[in-house]
Amino acid sequence: MTGEEAQTNGHRIGVYVCHCGTNIAGVVDVEHVSEWAKDALGDRGVVVGKDYKFMCSDLGQELIQKDIEREGLDRVVVAACSPHLHEKTFRNATERGGLNPYLCEMASIREQVSWVHTNKAIATEKAKAMISGAVERVKEHESLEPFRVPIEEATLIVGGGIAGIQSALEIANAGHPVYLVEREPSIGGHMAQFDKTFPTLDCSACILTPRMSEVGVHPNIELLTWSEVEKVEGYVGNFAVTIRKKASYVINEDCTGCGICWQKCPKKVIDDKFEVGLGYRKAIYTPFEQAVPKYPVIDHDNCTYFEKGSCKACEKFCPTEAINFEDEDEVITVNVGNIVLATGYDLFDARRIPQYGYGRLANVFTSLEFERMTNAAGPTDGDIVLRDGVTAPKSVGIVHCVGSRDRNFNNYCSSICCMQSLKFAHLVHERTGAEVFNFYIDIRTPAKEYDEFYQRVLDEGTRFVRGRVAEVTDAARLPGEEGKLIVQVEDTLAGQQRRIPVDMVILSAALEPRTDAYETAKKFGIACSANGWFTEKHPKLDPVATMTEGVFIAGCSTGPKDIPATVSQGSAAAARILSYIEMGELALEPVRATVIAEQCSGCRICNDLCPFNAISYDAETELSEINIALCQGCGTCVAACPAGAITGTGFSNEQVLAQIEGLLMLNVEPQPVAEPA
Amino acid sequence: MSENGKPKFAMYWAASCGGCEIAVLNIHERILDVDANFEVAFWPVAMDAKYKDVEAMQDGEILLTLFNGGIRNEENEHIAKLLRKKSQLLVAFGSCANEGCIPGLANLSPMEALFETAYHTASTENPEGILPQYEYDVPEGTITIPTMYPVLRTLDQVVDVDYYIPGCPPESHQIEAVIDAVIAVLKGEAELPPKGTVLGVGTSTVCDECSRKRDVKKIKQFVRIQDVERIDPEICLLEQGILCNGPATASGCTALCPAAGAPCAGCYGPANGVIDYGARMMASVASVIDSRDPDEIDAILDGLVDPAGSFYRFNLAHSLLHTGQASWNGKGS
Amino acid sequence: MTNEFDPVIIGFTCNWCSYRAADMAGTARIKYPHNVRLMRLMCSGRLDPTFVLKALAGGADGVLLTGCHPGECHYLEQNYKALRRVKLLKRTIAAMGIEPERVKLVWASAAEGTFLAKEIGVFVEEIKALGPLNWPQRAGINGIPVHQPEIEEVPA
Repeated sequence: MTGEEAQTNGHRIGVYVCHCGTNIAGVVDVEHVSEWAKDALGDRGVVVGKDYKFMCSDLGQELIQKDIEREGLDRVVVAACSPHLHEKTFRNATERGGLNPYLCEMASIREQVSWVHTNKAIATEKAKAMISGAVERVKEHESLEPFRVPIEEATLIVGGGIAGIQSALEIANAGHPVYLVEREPSIGGHMAQFDKTFPTLDCSACILTPRMSEVGVHPNIELLTWSEVEKVEGYVGNFAVTIRKKASYVINEDCTGCGICWQKCPKKVIDDKFEVGLGYRKAIYTPFEQAVPKYPVIDHDNCTYFEKGSCKACEKFCPTEAINFEDEDEVITVNVGNIVLATGYDLFDARRIPQYGYGRLANVFTSLEFERMTNAAGPTDGDIVLRDGVTAPKSVGIVHCVGSRDRNFNNYCSSICCMQSLKFAHLVHERTGAEVFNFYIDIRTPAKEYDEFYQRVLDEGTRFVRGRVAEVTDAARLPGEEGKLIVQVEDTLAGQQRRIPVDMVILSAALEPRTDAYETAKKFGIACSANGWFTEKHPKLDPVATMTEGVFIAGCSTGPKDIPATVSQGSAAAARILSYIEMGELALEPVRATVIAEQCSGCRICNDLCPFNAISYDAETELSEINIALCQGCGTCVAACPAGAITGTGFSNEQVLAQIEGLLMLNVEPQPVAEPA
Repeated sequence: MSENGKPKFAMYWAASCGGCEIAVLNIHERILDVDANFEVAFWPVAMDAKYKDVEAMQDGEILLTLFNGGIRNEENEHIAKLLRKKSQLLVAFGSCANEGCIPGLANLSPMEALFETAYHTASTENPEGILPQYEYDVPEGTITIPTMYPVLRTLDQVVDVDYYIPGCPPESHQIEAVIDAVIAVLKGEAELPPKGTVLGVGTSTVCDECSRKRDVKKIKQFVRIQDVERIDPEICLLEQGILCNGPATASGCTALCPAAGAPCAGCYGPANGVIDYGARMMASVASVIDSRDPDEIDAILDGLVDPAGSFYRFNLAHSLLHTGQASWNGKGS
Repeated sequence: MTNEFDPVIIGFTCNWCSYRAADMAGTARIKYPHNVRLMRLMCSGRLDPTFVLKALAGGADGVLLTGCHPGECHYLEQNYKALRRVKLLKRTIAAMGIEPERVKLVWASAAEGTFLAKEIGVFVEEIKALGPLNWPQRAGINGIPVHQPEIEEVPA
């Protein structure tokens, strides 16, 4: 082997430099660069150096195709835009020319050179270095084949709110099996607690309950309420999910949902879930009348029988002998191809802002409490009254952005609070005629019919005070404040401090990630943003997918959103899954890590490094292994393996090191070396 | 080939401690196999020889040369180049020739500092402060000693090397295995391995041969072995917070040190294909530190008091950086 | 051309955040110094200290490492591993006499094109203040050459 062959390894590389109109050619001397590639990199294997106006055009792609055939190229380098834009395009062109698509590499000389530098000479030199790096790298590329996995037809949906319901129905209606897991005794989620929905003011229950019933009776949906996911194993197309069905002490097959048991149950419990503490339920209960499924559950911690060993009123009165006090948790495993996480949100705990008085001042309510209060099926039968249960307020203050847009708590906008507050203002005005004050920072009403609703509420005479509320207090200082709640606020439009006495204050509390969102994310191998919302694969272009193939997200678990957006996401996740089911198998990027068994010492350094649990230790062979289907290709284990026993396709050590050498132009400008003195 | 028909064998000792020579003698009666199959042409430690006898040989006259020690001075380099020319197979024998070893650690310091330590510190009795002179005039004429180079180089940084046998020193059973293999080749019973092969090592790292129990690693604290009150005799030393280089060090030594309760120092060098030994240890150890808090990570890393010396104890001269900045900032020669 | 020191910096970017931030800086035509040459890894967790040492030994005056902000790693938590590795690597190169400031870790999300461009500018200034590393040449003076075989191939 001659020296030259040693460097080229017999490669025949084509380098294509794109003008991108004037986007690149205006700053980089593209003709010079393509000439240079052929000449200066000739002894590194470059046999073709061409420049063309638009490499991504059909003609540009054909140039590559034809050269592969005619010149016998075995590697292709395209110096053009970012690979995030056209890597696929040029890989496809490479493939059409008869080469494996992964034998193509791009150098980003537009985004990283011509668009960010102005000096033509300097930009041209940098473009050369980038191409030099790509040439060295592409020599280390290997032919790769996409990794194909079959897709199990069934889908798991976690969370029975409107997002999960929507996903479940879309997939089930298309004829595919769905497991819908809900930790509460009924599906419905937050939407089931609301009275009216903005801006149309249609009754929440009226539009939700038909969907719930549809889920309840759907032949393709297996409803697993009062259940939680314990463990997720496997990968896209083939997840094995372990689900704990909590003991309900009710035999669903025998239960008719007649309701005699909860009528007879002697134990009243404050309902801090569905009625957010405003009402009571029994120890055996369904959260609300239209619950799906209709079967009640016994709240073990509050049941008199479990506390004292006697009672069993429910059992005595049950006409179908459907009570079973010996019931135990059941753990089942289901196999699914895809998963939707629609786990919703928690409401910001308004006690965290003590100066607003929630929990201390009786007539300060949270938004969810107010929702229950206005609901005809709620604890006050829909009457808007003070905490005493009888007095109608004469004036009501609604505080926006409680825990949102606040650096002390959450920087983000909770998105729904403005419209929700406007809805409250309308309802108070309509039902009590009370004077209403909205304390807001900005009014945000960007969706269809939203601003019209704002105009309507303005016309109704609701007052708007622009400014963040400093304090809600019952300490009267001025005449007329006695017995009232005083809202202390800087009116930033009037430019003055104001004290506004009202009878009732409603806090429009922020939407926050579930307190266990991080654990959930970890369980399913997906990421949370710093705020705690599930992270999308791409915030704009792939908003319901995650970094983990086969795990989709929908609704408020990804961030605050209104019902239409939540439903859209539920449908979108379902659509993505339906296309996977339709395809039958999925081709995954072949960027994966593998352990070379011969070199692995079983030191177990790598064992805890993979967040996707792709790495396991075989106690028998005393070696670590990587499940290639679970691997997402980040390469952390490749870098960590002390023995160098883990290799990563697509970003191998050889590829990276060669690119470093190329970028440093060691290939074209060898560093002079002096012999020792 | 010699007159008696036996191929010629040589062994040389450059900048190293001599342990490698002892390791060869430590194969006991098997040394007779060497004598039976080879004519010892040049082995200064074992028999008298003159450089000019080697210079007078034909190129390639020696079949096999085991070269131990790094290249620290003019003489080392001269003999390395000479033996390269005269030998068909040149083997870098032992850690110094392979990767620099302990003498290579001197690459962290400028020459002045080395001379200062060697000739002027309390452990050296040198009341007149005499330093070696490269040239010295005596009545008989001028005598010279070899010039010292500012840094130590490994054998393959100076000449082409055919095979590598690592270890400080190479384990006797590995030397025996290599001798057996060479004899098998001589008898036509086996083929030579590809040039550049590392001989006398396993395919994996020390953990593969270590009998300590290993679990998932989460390091909350590093401790130096002298500060540990009781070392658990069963559990992986790294899991006990003791920096053990076993995970990154080529297997072949039968994990002698961890078995004796001492962490692996890394004398067998990197596993096959690894480019920078220290980087492997750094990457793996840092990966399993159990903290996400920058301050806590720093506090944990404070427990590694000598990172360069710990991660590059044997491999500095052969690392990507080869040397420390101080050695070339110093005036040297 | 002036004789002003014009450093060469190798930058390792994460495919999901900082490489996209660089794309964004480009799209927005935000100018930054030419000295940095970026390359792409799938994740900052892929960062092997070998890469940094290779760049420094190969003539780079500094190495910029970028990844997703803590808590925002696309692979959940691998950027913390990068953080720990960089911290340890800096200690080691410091012990070898190289200014640890020549290696810098910056968190930059896909949306932070402006921020990344600014950080590149800051780093280039920092490296200019440190002066050339010039590792291979200096090491060459002291005789650490890339060995060139001088003899005929040995018959095997």
